[in-house]
Amino acid sequence: MGTAPKTAAPAAGRAATKKELPEHFKAYKHVWVFIEQERGQVHPVSWELMGAGRKLADKLKVDLAAVVIGPEGEATQSAAAESFCYGADLVYMVADHLLADYRNESYTKALTDVVNTYKPEILLLGATTLGRDLAGSVATTLLTGLTADCTELDVDADGSLAATRPTFGGSLLCTIYTLNYRPQMATVRPRVMPMPERVVRPVGRVVNHPLGLVEDDIVTKVLSFLPDRDSAKSNLAYADVVVAGGLGLGSPENFQLVRQLATVLGAEYGCSRPLVQKGWVTSDRQIGQTGKTIRPKLYIAAGISGAIQHRVGVEGADLIVAINTDRNAPIFDFAHMGIVTDAIRLLPALTAAFRARLSPHSRDRIAS
Amino acid sequence: MHIVVCIKQVPDSAQIRVHPVTNTIMRQGVPTIINPYDLFALEAALELRDQFGGEVTVLTMGPPSAEDSLRKALTFGADRAVLLTDRFFAGADTLATTYALATAIRKISTEFGAPDLVFTGKQTIDGDTAQVGPGIAKRLGLLQLTYVAKISALDLTARTIDAERRSEGGVQLLRTRLPCLVTMLEATNQIRRGAMADALRAARAPIVKWSAQDAGVEDISKCGLRGSPTIVKRVFAPVARSEKAELIEGGEQPAEALIDAILKRQPALETELAALARGY
Ligand SMILES: Cc1cc2nc3c(=O)[nH]c(=O)nc-3n(C[C@H](O)[C@H](O)[C@H](O)COP(=O)(O)OP(=O)(O)OC[C@H]3O[C@@H](n4cnc5c(N)ncnc54)[C@H](O)[C@@H]3O)c2cc1C
Ligand SMILES: Cc1cc2nc3c(=O)[nH]c(=O)nc-3n(C[C@H](O)[C@H](O)[C@H](O)COP(=O)(O)OP(=O)(O)OC[C@H]3O[C@@H](n4cnc5c(N)ncnc54)[C@H](O)[C@@H]3O)c2cc1C
Repeated sequence: MGTAPKTAAPAAGRAATKKELPEHFKAYKHVWVFIEQERGQVHPVSWELMGAGRKLADKLKVDLAAVVIGPEGEATQSAAAESFCYGADLVYMVADHLLADYRNESYTKALTDVVNTYKPEILLLGATTLGRDLAGSVATTLLTGLTADCTELDVDADGSLAATRPTFGGSLLCTIYTLNYRPQMATVRPRVMPMPERVVRPVGRVVNHPLGLVEDDIVTKVLSFLPDRDSAKSNLAYADVVVAGGLGLGSPENFQLVRQLATVLGAEYGCSRPLVQKGWVTSDRQIGQTGKTIRPKLYIAAGISGAIQHRVGVEGADLIVAINTDRNAPIFDFAHMGIVTDAIRLLPALTAAFRARLSPHSRDRIAS
Repeated sequence: MHIVVCIKQVPDSAQIRVHPVTNTIMRQGVPTIINPYDLFALEAALELRDQFGGEVTVLTMGPPSAEDSLRKALTFGADRAVLLTDRFFAGADTLATTYALATAIRKISTEFGAPDLVFTGKQTIDGDTAQVGPGIAKRLGLLQLTYVAKISALDLTARTIDAERRSEGGVQLLRTRLPCLVTMLEATNQIRRGAMADALRAARAPIVKWSAQDAGVEDISKCGLRGSPTIVKRVFAPVARSEKAELIEGGEQPAEALIDAILKRQPALETELAALARGY
């Protein structure tokens, strides 16, 4: 999203006032990224944040540290090793078998203790269900500021974190500072920052920190975990190609046309919010401010008007192609390419044409 | 059983307009609603009350006009409403908001009985941070269950609660102890329409109004703008893309024309699409 100010308006109410940073916060240095892992998998948002964190650290001329919290064992070790490949100068690690499942109490203790011991000036987390659960608790424990869902992170001339986020449904952006408290905390949603390049590098300095809890200290128990069925799991946020439909399709039956095109392209399908509200499509398929942010190489939007709340979720796409009957639809203001036509007629034709062009033998396979 | 439900009055943001010249939000005449997620929280609380008995108290911090939202919550069946309103609360970020709300919940606890559960919505549609729930929990020393899709069991004797919590790759079934704080996801069950009796009672029900002092705030500097570590430095409009979309003239074969245009612009896509298509 472009974020150059058109005209800067003074922020109503919460105006900025810079006081001198209190003495006890001056020891806070370096940029940290919380590496989120669940059941042995690092969430890709953590590497995206490492990319953003690296830039901040370079600008501030400080270190970038990854904070890896998880159960003892291979997955946690490998998360630490990977952190170096994504730009970490060092890793803080809390490894304990009590951290096998994410639980608020144990993870809050682990992260808060490391922060209080090693004092970072900036701490970034993914705005996932885990990251938001943890960030809210940690920030309140530390009594510091937390800026949610940032779309841009920068440091200004005096070294303060400038965290920019959409406000009022994305129609405006605002830049938020945590001037007089440390660490300055921010969350960023998956796919908002580009994935940095992975460079093979040796494991560097790893600082181990104890958890200091026994199971009896942790009240909350995980009774079971039901992974989402593979068929239900959508890779929407990370897909290279996404086809989506909106209200212009007119009926749930016509939404099948979107799925069919997605299938032929090996793409994920998505939708605008009204389709979720009508129950045509499940909520994990919603794209936009209150749904998923996507960054595909190709995004095809059929019968979607391009409201600002939808726009903020798709602007990172390399190529946005809009199909809409209304040539004045706002989607043509940010799509790279468009065609003014009836999607209900065009989608099946596109499906057939792509199928013919991409895979000459595919018809035989479908038949078998 | 006593349940406190935190609700926030928010602008009906579908209708927010931005002044084209000054870039400021035009609030005049923008209708307000109860934050939609908070209705799911309220509904969950009312269902538990109906099943287990007890009372539901709704709490909001906001301007005097937030009374409308509380009255609405009463018509849905809440038993009591508390409005926390004071100019000292204005301009609060989430840390200052949780200070005020946690203080008020302590006061509710002494006045009307300690809550077994505190409910909040998953997030609001204006501030949209999802930080207030965890913040209240931390300040009150409550256990927290966030992103709860369903409360599967409540045992008031053993003082335990089981809940399905949405996590990134699936659903965690968690058991924790009361009292605890729950942030509710959107549910498929619609909020009840208030019964006529509730509507009549709501119209007459007194709303408890507390200033910062009434609520027992000890340190006014922790409230509102003064108590907020974050500050908004500037507000601005996203820049529009300078070029308009290239419009493809369909002609006889619009699908082919569109594919040609796509591949002309991004030639690399052809091999990538072929590879993806083979994957299905
Ligand atoms: C707080 C908030 C959060 C929101 N979050 C999101 C979000 O995350 N994601 C989201 O998508 N929305 C979100 N919205 C809703 C958003 O404001 C819009 O209402 C929504 O995106 C519109 O969906 P749509 O484009 O499918 O429908 P419409 O706006 O109704 O557009 C339908 C389009 O289809 C076109 N059309 C009609 N017939 C055809 C045809 N036969 N062929 C081709 N085109 C046709 C029309 O010209 C029109 O442009 C949010 C709103 C609010 C208030
Ligand atoms: C555009 C915008 C951006 C903002 N960004 C930030 C930011 O990044 N960081 C920050 O610290 N603050 C931010 N704020 C301030 C923040 O919105 C306020 O502190 C607000 O009082 C609570 O936060 P929320 O709306 O995000 O609530 P959320 O944390 O999203 O709300 C979760 C739940 O808490 C309960 N709740 C929230 N507010 C109240 C209330 N007043 N009364 C009763 N229950 C309530 C509701 O049940 C709600 O569903 C922002 C405000 C705006 C308008």
